[in-house]
Amino acid sequence: MKPPPFRYHDPETVADVVGLLGRLENAKLLAGGQSLMPMLSMRYVLPDDVIDLNRVRGLTHLREAKGALEIGAMTRQRDIEFSPLVRTRCPLLNEAILQVGHRQTRNRGTLGGSLCQLDPAAELVAVAIALDATVSIVGPKGEREIPFAEFPAGYMMPALAADEMLTGARFPQWKEGHGHAFVEFARRHGDFAVVSAAALLEEDQSGRITRASVTIGGTGPAPVRVKEAERALVGNAASAKLFREACESCRKLDATGDVHAPAAYRKHLAAVLSRRALEKAHSRMGGAGR
Amino acid sequence: MTAETRKIVVTVNGRRHEAEVETRYTLADFLRQQLGLTGTHLGCEHGVCGACTVLLDGLSVRACLMLAVQANGHEITTVEGIAPVKTELHPLQEAFRDNHGLQCGFCTPGILTTLIEFLRDNPDPTEAEVRVAISGNLCRCTGYQGIVAAALDAARRMRGEKRG
Amino acid sequence: MVSSGGKVQGTSVRRLEDVALLRGEGRFVDDISFPGMLHAAFVRSPHAHAAIRGIDKTAALALSGVRAVLTLEDLRPHLRNERLVVGLPSPSYKQDRNRPALAGGEAVHVGEPVAIVIADSRYIAEDGVALVAVDYDPLPAAADCRAALAPDAPKVHSGAPHNLLAEFSMGYGDTDKAFAGAAHVFRESLWQHRGGSHSIECRGAVAVHDAIEDRITLWSSTQMPHAALRVLVDMLGRDENRLRVVTPDLGGGFGPKLVIYPEDVVLCIAAFVTGRPVKWIEDRREHFIATTQERDQYWEVEIAVDAGARILGVRGSFIHDHGAYTARGVNLAHNSAETVTLPYEVPAYRMNVKLALTNKVAVTPVRGAGHPQGTFVMERLLDLVARELKLDRAEVRRRNLIPAAKMPYTKQLKTRGGMQVVLDSGDYPKCQEEACARAGWGDFRARQDAARKEGRYLGIGLANFVKGTGRGPFEGATVRIGPSGKVHVYSGATAMGQSTRTMLAQIVAEQLGGDMENVTVTTGDTAAIPMGIGGSNSRQTVTAGSSAHLAAKKVRQKALKVAALLLKAAEQDLEIVGGEVRVKGAPDLKVGLGRIAHTVAGTPGYALPGEVEPGMEATEYFVVDDMAYANGTAVAEVEVDVETGAVRILRYVLAHDCGRILHPVIVDGQILGGAAHGIGNALYEWMGYDENAQPVTTNFGEYLLVTATEMPPVEIIHIESPSPLNPLGVKGVGECGVVPTPAAILSAVEDALAPFGVRVTRTPLFPAEIVALINKK
Repeated sequence: MKPPPFRYHDPETVADVVGLLGRLENAKLLAGGQSLMPMLSMRYVLPDDVIDLNRVRGLTHLREAKGALEIGAMTRQRDIEFSPLVRTRCPLLNEAILQVGHRQTRNRGTLGGSLCQLDPAAELVAVAIALDATVSIVGPKGEREIPFAEFPAGYMMPALAADEMLTGARFPQWKEGHGHAFVEFARRHGDFAVVSAAALLEEDQSGRITRASVTIGGTGPAPVRVKEAERALVGNAASAKLFREACESCRKLDATGDVHAPAAYRKHLAAVLSRRALEKAHSRMGGAGR
Repeated sequence: MTAETRKIVVTVNGRRHEAEVETRYTLADFLRQQLGLTGTHLGCEHGVCGACTVLLDGLSVRACLMLAVQANGHEITTVEGIAPVKTELHPLQEAFRDNHGLQCGFCTPGILTTLIEFLRDNPDPTEAEVRVAISGNLCRCTGYQGIVAAALDAARRMRGEKRG
Repeated sequence: MVSSGGKVQGTSVRRLEDVALLRGEGRFVDDISFPGMLHAAFVRSPHAHAAIRGIDKTAALALSGVRAVLTLEDLRPHLRNERLVVGLPSPSYKQDRNRPALAGGEAVHVGEPVAIVIADSRYIAEDGVALVAVDYDPLPAAADCRAALAPDAPKVHSGAPHNLLAEFSMGYGDTDKAFAGAAHVFRESLWQHRGGSHSIECRGAVAVHDAIEDRITLWSSTQMPHAALRVLVDMLGRDENRLRVVTPDLGGGFGPKLVIYPEDVVLCIAAFVTGRPVKWIEDRREHFIATTQERDQYWEVEIAVDAGARILGVRGSFIHDHGAYTARGVNLAHNSAETVTLPYEVPAYRMNVKLALTNKVAVTPVRGAGHPQGTFVMERLLDLVARELKLDRAEVRRRNLIPAAKMPYTKQLKTRGGMQVVLDSGDYPKCQEEACARAGWGDFRARQDAARKEGRYLGIGLANFVKGTGRGPFEGATVRIGPSGKVHVYSGATAMGQSTRTMLAQIVAEQLGGDMENVTVTTGDTAAIPMGIGGSNSRQTVTAGSSAHLAAKKVRQKALKVAALLLKAAEQDLEIVGGEVRVKGAPDLKVGLGRIAHTVAGTPGYALPGEVEPGMEATEYFVVDDMAYANGTAVAEVEVDVETGAVRILRYVLAHDCGRILHPVIVDGQILGGAAHGIGNALYEWMGYDENAQPVTTNFGEYLLVTATEMPPVEIIHIESPSPLNPLGVKGVGECGVVPTPAAILSAVEDALAPFGVRVTRTPLFPAEIVALINKK
């Protein structure tokens, strides 16, 4: 299982990458390699050119700015995993990343690579949806920022023009003391999720939920925010009954099954996992349950 | 098209190598074929089995998922570089001997490099932590129990403790 | 290392294999290179069934770096036979379906090799494969072994009258009478599926033609080099002197590597035709589609019991997916049928078996070889009896297990070779008792009830197994002391990770000085010993071990005889310690083994001393036809998450008996490894095909192997009932860990889900199905 022949480029600036993308018709970007290399080895993709991003400068930042975490596209998943900033400011991302693959894959895998691969079951993609992340995209006309919700254009297809690349993502922070949980059902440790659920909660002094984010991954081509569930939660006092009832709306999600998990089962898991995620998130509110 | 090549400089097990490599060659194939370091094994070539795991600047990576050219300027440690000298084994390797941590030995190099990194960063792990650490390495012979015992035994030895 | 008194057998000595492997200095087939070596890749059918109208090599040959492209037509001048005829004999075949060296007029499974591309590198060879244009005309494919037997089913092989490969019936006693008069009859339908071997090393071979000696050497990842050589003699029309097959270090075998494949034959011809060494290393995708595997069996069975839950009879039928070709025989299905009743007293038994062809790769044994399936059937039936009669499952078994006092116990069944099945030794009730005691069987209900009150679903299950091991007719060993003083062992056995080298060295060192470092072991080489069978059926400790033992004893006697002459002492006053023979109590009176070897090497014109034979060696081919039956009891404890269907195995206890234990730690390692395969078969592994016989699980993301985090804590209890069938008293153990595991685990899952009335009738069982079973009303 060996890669097909291609021309190899290792540019050093984003501008160079954009330039290459502009003139090469059949090029693939190589980030961490954990997704592209297997596809090349299995010859599922046959690019004429491979553009290696690992020497491009300016894509590995991880910083706090304007109430959000800004993370460069080539930031290694490992660095996200060990970042105290992520652990304290964006604990959902921290919990999710521990379930992404294995040590060996996180040492090379990148944030941008995962976001652009858009595997329907990818944890980082679900987190970006859950947190209403925005992504920075650079093309020949410059930089633009779009809500990550608009990034999946189809099954494993990002909303990128042929001559554009993702340069980073912004994850807006939730209030201090918010509740978070990333729960997934996978067959084995480190596997892609069959279904994942991300929950975020904020409450007022009286215990009433003021903000909720419920995201299900693995049912469709991209993770979805279960708006109906979120609406059912906001304005109400948290309780096991509230969570259970709100999560029933997950059973109405559009789901595609495959040989490994039928659609009905995925919807069922969505209802179960979202409830468990909300319960866990609630238990962690105010810094409790860590 | 004629094969595209690049010149690279890479340090492997402490030794500097200058080589010309085809750009599509994987790091695993470069190590095995061009450098003759056949201890790193290919089990799946799609990044799941972990038999090809090496250390890149001290971090475990799947050599089948890297291009050789990407190793330019970096330091690699393979299984051949684990033992301190030809006449001695590393405590981790000794622990594998004493705990029946290998049977056919094909997955072993990838597990050893994985554990070198893990024990360096986690000198006193629990059994559960060891299992998670090697969950990215497939073994079809041992059922993992001997490997886990070897890892815990190695951790003890490396902390300087006597065998329990 | 030397142990005093020479006692190494029975102790867990460190393995001889380990240092090289730990240093990364093993020599697996892909580590072997020769100057000028070329690399091969195969063009494989993407269709499950297709006529091949033509093969255009032009573009491939034009690619720089491609040296040759060979099809069946190119191979014909070098083939005496076009087809590999390898099926084990059986009267039950209805048709012969032997694999061609390369597909000719049609391809009959996805992955069937159609052409070979030979190039400067594997990379270029794969580029060449993509350029070979094969004109396929797709044909209907038979994807399901049951549907394949319908009269209007697509024929797996064009022009064949039907898809029934073989059919046989096995049994004894009067089942009609037993069932007619039974107090209770219970019925079950079961689906069982296993999967691939997935040794971490795939297959591979390097073929080298030595033009000076006109000898082709095949370095191959085969478990059976001598058998491979015989097939090559048949296929290539070369005599055995001009062929050699060598197995280097083997990265696991588990069964499918014992098969000889078209690729092996083609590679030999490729080396001959190109005049250069040629290497082919299978990649994982090829392993999924072109290496043999075990797949589906569909069973309809019933059990008749009296009012006291004593078995009166078992009968039924099953359909077995054979794949498109015979790559081994009907042995797998035969094993399954033969195993069903083994641990129990069953007065009447009948099983009707049909083997169906399908358009998928051939089915041959994977570790366990049909025995897990027979075991699963019986254990499910006994659980059914227990549930229906409201009896404890262990109690039902207790009432039916063959008691120790009846050993050796003759079953009215024959092995595939026609030998009577005689259970040689074992205490089955004691095994079950010890396993249950260790697992806390008696206390479990209380724990289960307490957990249920907390909303947790725990379950416990057990399974007994008996497995024939040590399959004959023989294996050989030559033991020789060389002038260096080193002891050399040569055997037809093949090592694949199960510590063969250590095993043989241990057995031989026991007789010849106790220093395992002084023993070299050569296995897996047709040039080292003329006859051999190789690794399968958990047979090598019994057969090769016994041969090595007997040969070493003979060499010991010879050595003592010569030493007695040299030392002018009585033989009974001598002992062998390390590399020397010495007088007991007078260690300065000694002679080295090397000197002894020199003494009988012969000096021209001088008589050999005493009446000794030339040379310090002996060769033994230990012949045994009866199998040594290992047994055990597994008890599994699980927790089922009833909302997700996830199963967590909390604990696994296995009491097993493989006769006399030569190396406790190695035995444990075999059991643990086997248990991992069994857990995979119970909960994770499924080799999936769609309705067009297209494989749908072809990588390790889709086909799930157990990792360290899925393994439960495993506790092993050793019981030793020596086998009377061989001088060591040993039985095989390599596959035993697999055999009871799916049955025990799924019995536990069913127990956990008892409140939902779930019945488990399949293996593997996945979370989605568990949720569906729970919700079925």
